[in-house]
Amino acid sequence: MADLKELIQTKYKSELFNGNGSLQALSQKGIQLFTEQGIPTVKHEEWKYTRISSVLNKEFSYAAATTAVTKADVDAIRLPGYETANELVFINGIYHPELSVIHSGADALLVQPLSEAVKGPYKNIIDKNLGHSANYHADGINAMNNAFAYQGIFIAVLKNKELQHPLYCYYINDARTASVLSQPRTLIHVGVNAKVYLVEEEITLGTSDSFINRVSEVVVEENANVHIYKIQNEDSHSSCVKTTHVRQLGVSKVNSVTITLNGGIIRNNLNFILEAPGCESNMYGLYCVKGNTHVDNHTVVDNQQPNSLSNELYKGIIDENANGVFNGKIFVRQDAQKTNAYQSNKNVLLSDTATVNTKPQLEIFADDVKCSHGCTIGKLDEDALFYLRARGVGEKAAKALLLHAFAGEILEKIELESIRSYADAIISERLGFEI
Amino acid sequence: MSEMLTTLEQTALSEYKYGWVTNIEADEAPPGLSEDIVRFISAKKNEPEWMLEWRLKAYRQWLKMTEPEWANVQYPKVDYQGIKYYSAPKQKKTLNSLDEVDPELRDTFERLGISLDEQKRLSNVAVDAVIDSVSIATTFKTQLAELGIIFCSMSEAIREHPDLIKKWLGSVVPATDNYFSALNSAVFSDGSFCYIPKGVKSPMELSTYFRINAENTGQFERTLIVAEEGSYVSYLEGCTAPMRDENQLHAAVVEIVALDNAEVKYSTVQNWYPGDKEGKGGIYNFVTKRGICAGVNSKISWTQVETGSAVTWKYPSVILKGDNSVGEFYSVAVTNNKQQADTGTKMMHIGKNTRSRIVSKGISAGYSHNSYRGLVQVGKNAVNARNFSQCDSLLLGDKCGAHTFPYIEVKNSTAQVEHEATTSKIGEDQIFYCNQRGLDTETAVALIINGFAKEVMNQLPMEFAVEAQKLLAISLEGSVG
Repeated sequence: MADLKELIQTKYKSELFNGNGSLQALSQKGIQLFTEQGIPTVKHEEWKYTRISSVLNKEFSYAAATTAVTKADVDAIRLPGYETANELVFINGIYHPELSVIHSGADALLVQPLSEAVKGPYKNIIDKNLGHSANYHADGINAMNNAFAYQGIFIAVLKNKELQHPLYCYYINDARTASVLSQPRTLIHVGVNAKVYLVEEEITLGTSDSFINRVSEVVVEENANVHIYKIQNEDSHSSCVKTTHVRQLGVSKVNSVTITLNGGIIRNNLNFILEAPGCESNMYGLYCVKGNTHVDNHTVVDNQQPNSLSNELYKGIIDENANGVFNGKIFVRQDAQKTNAYQSNKNVLLSDTATVNTKPQLEIFADDVKCSHGCTIGKLDEDALFYLRARGVGEKAAKALLLHAFAGEILEKIELESIRSYADAIISERLGFEI
Repeated sequence: MSEMLTTLEQTALSEYKYGWVTNIEADEAPPGLSEDIVRFISAKKNEPEWMLEWRLKAYRQWLKMTEPEWANVQYPKVDYQGIKYYSAPKQKKTLNSLDEVDPELRDTFERLGISLDEQKRLSNVAVDAVIDSVSIATTFKTQLAELGIIFCSMSEAIREHPDLIKKWLGSVVPATDNYFSALNSAVFSDGSFCYIPKGVKSPMELSTYFRINAENTGQFERTLIVAEEGSYVSYLEGCTAPMRDENQLHAAVVEIVALDNAEVKYSTVQNWYPGDKEGKGGIYNFVTKRGICAGVNSKISWTQVETGSAVTWKYPSVILKGDNSVGEFYSVAVTNNKQQADTGTKMMHIGKNTRSRIVSKGISAGYSHNSYRGLVQVGKNAVNARNFSQCDSLLLGDKCGAHTFPYIEVKNSTAQVEHEATTSKIGEDQIFYCNQRGLDTETAVALIINGFAKEVMNQLPMEFAVEAQKLLAISLEGSVG
């Protein structure tokens, strides 16, 4: 562990960011907190079920700028529907414009390094929002990213623009020659009346250990509509902590779907801060994992203003030695009267060596609210299985059918057809489901 | 609205009904905690050497521990050197009959509504009454003794049944389990011991009535219940404390052992002084309660109605070790004014076909905070484990909070675990419906709350259910938000 601390500190010193203003302040605050706290242990309540140190005590080199990744490498990993999508390519945490493809015009989409954007008209927005996630994650992992946030990218979807081309972000770690740790950072501003589909995927090239510590902060203005889809399907040597922090500053609607298929240790932090009255937030998640994959979905919904609606449904299918963690937190603040907040977590365990740890948590400070949460852990319904088998469906096929239906509830929330069928195909294959 | 205000005021003004001080000379230890105090307590109670060693070991362990801070409660730190750890009413000789009990003490019990004579004659309940740490009198002892049931004070048990105590004391809650259990193990003053021999079904409900009396005394009770193969017992515990300005500490430990086919039902009505409406004074109730279903087909059931205490920190748990064993937890927790409660349960499924059921009802009013914290754990070998948890919260007023922290850890694919929770307030339409039918708002609220808590109240033995319902009404009447 000392190695990682040293690695980060050396890197920090060697690059010593010489800007000023909010980027500089965040960076300093980040390295300070990281030095104090280090990597969270399982004694940290928020990391109780995820031993992140087991990944981070491996030997990593901090990702360096590289030109080794070619267009052909990127071609190999593009997501379906890419032809009409804006594609942003990050290699080892750094944005590479030469590999990226942007279809939308400059009057609709702006992609700029944070260090540049902070000097322009977006200064105020960046000052106010960059690093806001630290209020919800006062741990060394978030701080570690903050220390290097100045390397990040600012993305703006402009006012009144419904982005026709979805935004695909590929976070590629090049682990072909050595194990690598990278920390992509984005701040996305979705203007008034704007609409965007955001699709994000982490990809590791090569077979060495890879760790991605990504923080994305999304600011949603009034009447905007945002869809965030995340897909994770990697090998066991690829681990990541992904933090998506959404602030809804005006009446707006945000949908999020997180699909986790495989990987090493995967931690998905997803925060929704509902700062305006009447916001709607939907969070959906599906983790269909096996092998030794450890997936930890940590969500926060913070209802601060009246009349908002939040809805959360996470489903898990856990096989072999995999480990599924769900930690959902709903806050309803004193002013957030008439809030409706729902949360549900359903799990199916397929093997006796699989584990589920779930903690659906409610903290309510207002009285005129409707809040509920529920969670279930179990096996497939014997009656449903019997029904199918009585009608001549083999046991294996019957199970696959039921599991596919179980997963379908989440998959159908993905509005982008190409992404939905892509995820569906992988899951069907995993479950042995044939149409 | 004006009507609501008046009813709210009424609640705020309703004083703690059980707040008075009995003037009995107490035999006390000086305030503070040290090895000498532990020795003093042990000597006062004429304990054998092994017991003193046991206490000292716990005390030394306690010194190494730190007070837990994870609970969702805030309170000024307890000054452990400012507490008197021993206070016994001056009663030198051993009591042979109820008539020998100090009349003033008996008056205290009568005002609490548990007059020993009345109890003895009418209600068929054996009472082991505990006032400030020493059992004053134990009734129905002979009747129980005929069946081989041992029901006596802990000090007596240590003297007369050392083998049983040595075997079971600390077997469920080890001295080193947590900060408060270590403290209790070191300085516990008295408590109740209950042993039900093989195949015996206790013909009456066993009951103990705790009461904190002298100023600045901690109450450290120790209860141990052992139910041998095929036996059954229902045990009642009730608590009240007089009105005090300062915060008093109550750190009790309750251990239950249920062997093959045994069943233990443990019911609590906790009504310690909750502090005044400014949050001044009140009891700190830091209690460790745990039972183990050690044998097959055994069952342990906790039922609690928590209306008192300034700060509550309490998680009655069941370790489901025996195959086919059953654990149950029914709770109503009410907080008003500035009370804080962090309470819940732990169900640890270890054996095959184990089942557990959790029903928790939280009611918060005023500026209070009410948290449910629970753990359901299904181990690798707990084939066909089954759990159902339900946590409902009712909020009365917009300054209070309701919190739920359920932890669920499952390592077996045949387990079936369900958890559900809701938070809501009393609907205006519900009140309106009642008003329309001639019930005033206050009665309507009482009616709705009783309905809300009914599932738990139904689990209580009759005598307790009546008292619990009264307590609910006293704690909450009129606090419609």
